[in-house]
Amino acid sequence: MTAKKSPDTAITSVAQDVYKTIMKQQSPALDMPLRSLTNVKYDPKDGYFELLGKMKTRTLTANTAKTFAQTLRMMTLSKKLIATNDIATKRDAYYQSKGDWGEAGFGDQVESDAIMDDMEAMLMINREQLGFIPDEDGSSCTGELIVVDNDPITGEKIEIDCTKFGTGGYSIPNTVDQLKFKTKAKFVLAIETSGMYQRFVYHKFWKKYKCILVSLKGVPSRATRRFLRKLQDENKLPVYVFTDGDPYGYLNIYRTLKVGSGNAAHINEYFCVPDAKFIGVTPQDIIDYKLPTHALKDVDIKRVKDGIKNDPFVKHHKPWEKALRQMVKEKKRAEQQAFAAKHLNYVMDTYIPDKLKNPKTWLP
Amino acid sequence: MATAEELAKSQREISVAEFFEKNRHLLGFDNKRKALLTTIKEAVDNSLDACEEGRILPEIIIEIVEMSEDRFKVTIEDNGPGIIKKQIPKIFGKLLYGSKFHKLSQTRGQQGIGISAAVLYAQLTTGRPAAITSRTSPSKPAHYYELHIDTQTNEAQVVKDDEKKWAKDRGTKIEVYLEGSYQRGMQSVDEYIKETAIINPHTTIIYTNPKAEQFIYSRATDKLPTLPKEIKPHPHGVELGMLIRMLNNTETKSLQKFLTEDFSRVGPGTAKEICEHAAIPPKTSPGNLNREQAEKLKKGIDATKIMAPPTDSISPIGEALIEKGLKKEINAEFYSATSRPPSVYRGNPFVIEVGIAYGGDIPADQSVTLMRFANRVPLLFQQGACGTTEAISKTNWRQYGLSQSSSSLPQGPVVILVHMASVWVPFTSEAKEALAHYPEILKEIKLALQESGRKLGIYLRKKNKVSTELKKRSYIEIYIPHIAAALKELLGDKGFDDKQVERMLREILESNRGKLEDMKFDPTKNKEFDESMALEIKKKEEEDDSKEES
Repeated sequence: MTAKKSPDTAITSVAQDVYKTIMKQQSPALDMPLRSLTNVKYDPKDGYFELLGKMKTRTLTANTAKTFAQTLRMMTLSKKLIATNDIATKRDAYYQSKGDWGEAGFGDQVESDAIMDDMEAMLMINREQLGFIPDEDGSSCTGELIVVDNDPITGEKIEIDCTKFGTGGYSIPNTVDQLKFKTKAKFVLAIETSGMYQRFVYHKFWKKYKCILVSLKGVPSRATRRFLRKLQDENKLPVYVFTDGDPYGYLNIYRTLKVGSGNAAHINEYFCVPDAKFIGVTPQDIIDYKLPTHALKDVDIKRVKDGIKNDPFVKHHKPWEKALRQMVKEKKRAEQQAFAAKHLNYVMDTYIPDKLKNPKTWLP
Repeated sequence: MATAEELAKSQREISVAEFFEKNRHLLGFDNKRKALLTTIKEAVDNSLDACEEGRILPEIIIEIVEMSEDRFKVTIEDNGPGIIKKQIPKIFGKLLYGSKFHKLSQTRGQQGIGISAAVLYAQLTTGRPAAITSRTSPSKPAHYYELHIDTQTNEAQVVKDDEKKWAKDRGTKIEVYLEGSYQRGMQSVDEYIKETAIINPHTTIIYTNPKAEQFIYSRATDKLPTLPKEIKPHPHGVELGMLIRMLNNTETKSLQKFLTEDFSRVGPGTAKEICEHAAIPPKTSPGNLNREQAEKLKKGIDATKIMAPPTDSISPIGEALIEKGLKKEINAEFYSATSRPPSVYRGNPFVIEVGIAYGGDIPADQSVTLMRFANRVPLLFQQGACGTTEAISKTNWRQYGLSQSSSSLPQGPVVILVHMASVWVPFTSEAKEALAHYPEILKEIKLALQESGRKLGIYLRKKNKVSTELKKRSYIEIYIPHIAAALKELLGDKGFDDKQVERMLREILESNRGKLEDMKFDPTKNKEFDESMALEIKKKEEEDDSKEES
């Protein structure tokens, strides 16, 4: 999953182009793909949102002089990080600009984040490889898995046994590309909320079902998505996703995890889990298990309708379209925790085992 | 319970003078400060009107002497045609006596009330008679009168009647002693005189204030304004009540004659057309028309196309002189003036003129400063109640680049001048401080404001463009070194000349940008500006009517 060119070469070649154009006395320009749902297509063969090729060009004019300077400055920061084998979070990068960049410094982290996204898209290299790491860490992982990492100082191999965390869990690091896995697990269960994940850990669900539990904490971070992707690709493990039965769980958490998003289209290739399956809670489950529900808000219904109409992923997967239409009709949502209405461990003892046995009740 | 007979005992005629004694605020004598101003204003109005009617270039001498605390002697002297002996007591000693109430003509005075009210006020506050000197020709002596007003009978009481030697060939002089209060600022005598000089460029005023400071405003032009002509009412805009009154009072014998002789712009053809539209025979006697028929006649008039009233009855100042006046008074960066074509309200032709000054020395962070004039007379009070204020507030200034909250005066470094010239200026009260809110007048004011506003908008957009452009150019200067420095870091020092890169970048970026007009305010550019005429724009609280002493 690395780019064709090394990050350092990619940066230098962009800089070279800019320099040569200036010397020809022409306005230099930076080209990057347009990051939006309108510029993606979904091909199930590849399994993620791919860029359609619409480009955005940032030509140097008086208007763009500041962002142009900032982009080049950001590239120098990345080059330095790579050369010194160091890392910087988004926040670090923002503060770096406050150092010796003078007037070209960022007013707000939103600006530096946007430049970082631009740079990533322009170089077609994800930012982890450029030396930038997310501010938030990955989430937790417990179960039948041994993670092989390197000692950050000595480089010595370290084996981490994810069965030995008691009631806690292994914390997925910000960058996961260096990790290797040893596992005998049969599948990965990715759970939306920490609370539900905790229940499964507490009762050692992973032992009985020989699996790996991963918490998502809402829309999963890039590191968590990469981590799941590696488990899928390198260890051929199926990834099952368990979220709330609501539009956010379907269209934000699951859709982004499986195929990526419009805004990050340039990096979806690395941060998607194309073979992931949605195990629940589906709109049909809400009915079948007679779950306590909440009414959908108008904005939620609008979000679902918008998804049916515009989301290339939903448009491609008829079962999803059907499920979403069902949700619009019922106007109801149910949370993962709703199973507690029956009894506390019903979700773990009955619901998930039932669902594991019936792939027909899943969604693609 | 009182019987009607008993009540009748206390019912008696109230003399006009008595009425105004009790209601002097209606005439602009509500407080000492205003009384001083109104007295001078009434005398100056009369002098200017008289000079213009006599086709004499006005030269007016005004002197205010502080006699004791709150006591002033005010003298106003003109070089006008003078007043014949027997008229003097009536003009100065009788309220509602004048030449202007019974005709339609663009004059400053209207009702014949102002100057006698000043005499009355002086008498009420100091007990001293008014002294009038007037001479009509070098071959005649000057008459000198001292007179009181009998408030019961509304007649002049002559205290002294004399002949006098006077150095002047002709002219009129009035001296009164009155209780008043002298202050400077937006609503002061000083300001009134200054604005009068600006709006009457053919006039010379020599003014000595109570601080013994003398101001000489010399005339800027030797051309008298064209003499406005008297006109008859125009049929359009005549309301039903007025039409019925005219029908009853006319001396004409037939409807056709009535229409052609008592109205302007109605010939026999138009009169026939009106009668046809009204379905009333042209030979009908006007006095015989009943109410319904009068109403039909009104509809007939409305349905008939009639030429606009003659415009020579109005003497506008003109765009050039308005702009000149503004330039004299305000050192701004932009001026525009609009003189509308004549229009009609209630059968009275009128002309609206507007001037706008923007920027420069005008303070920016408050609502616009408004200068109002009616028939070349400055209006300093009751701004909030004035039709011009409503028209300005209801104009959308945001489209012309000024900020404005809904239905209020716009904000910004702007002075707006509005002048209404008409054969009959409608005021909200006898004090003649605020224009009445006739829709036809408001519409014309708005149209004039929009026309000048559009020019302002064009100017401001251009200015805005230039300032954004300047900002962009400064961007180039700021960020070019960063681009060069970053490239140097990315590509290495070897063979990299960052000065050359910067030079190339500057050329690339600036070759796309044309030459730039300098739109910065240059305080020395306005050659017309006269510091002694400078308008004092104070913070808004100080010119608020409601905050005045009562």
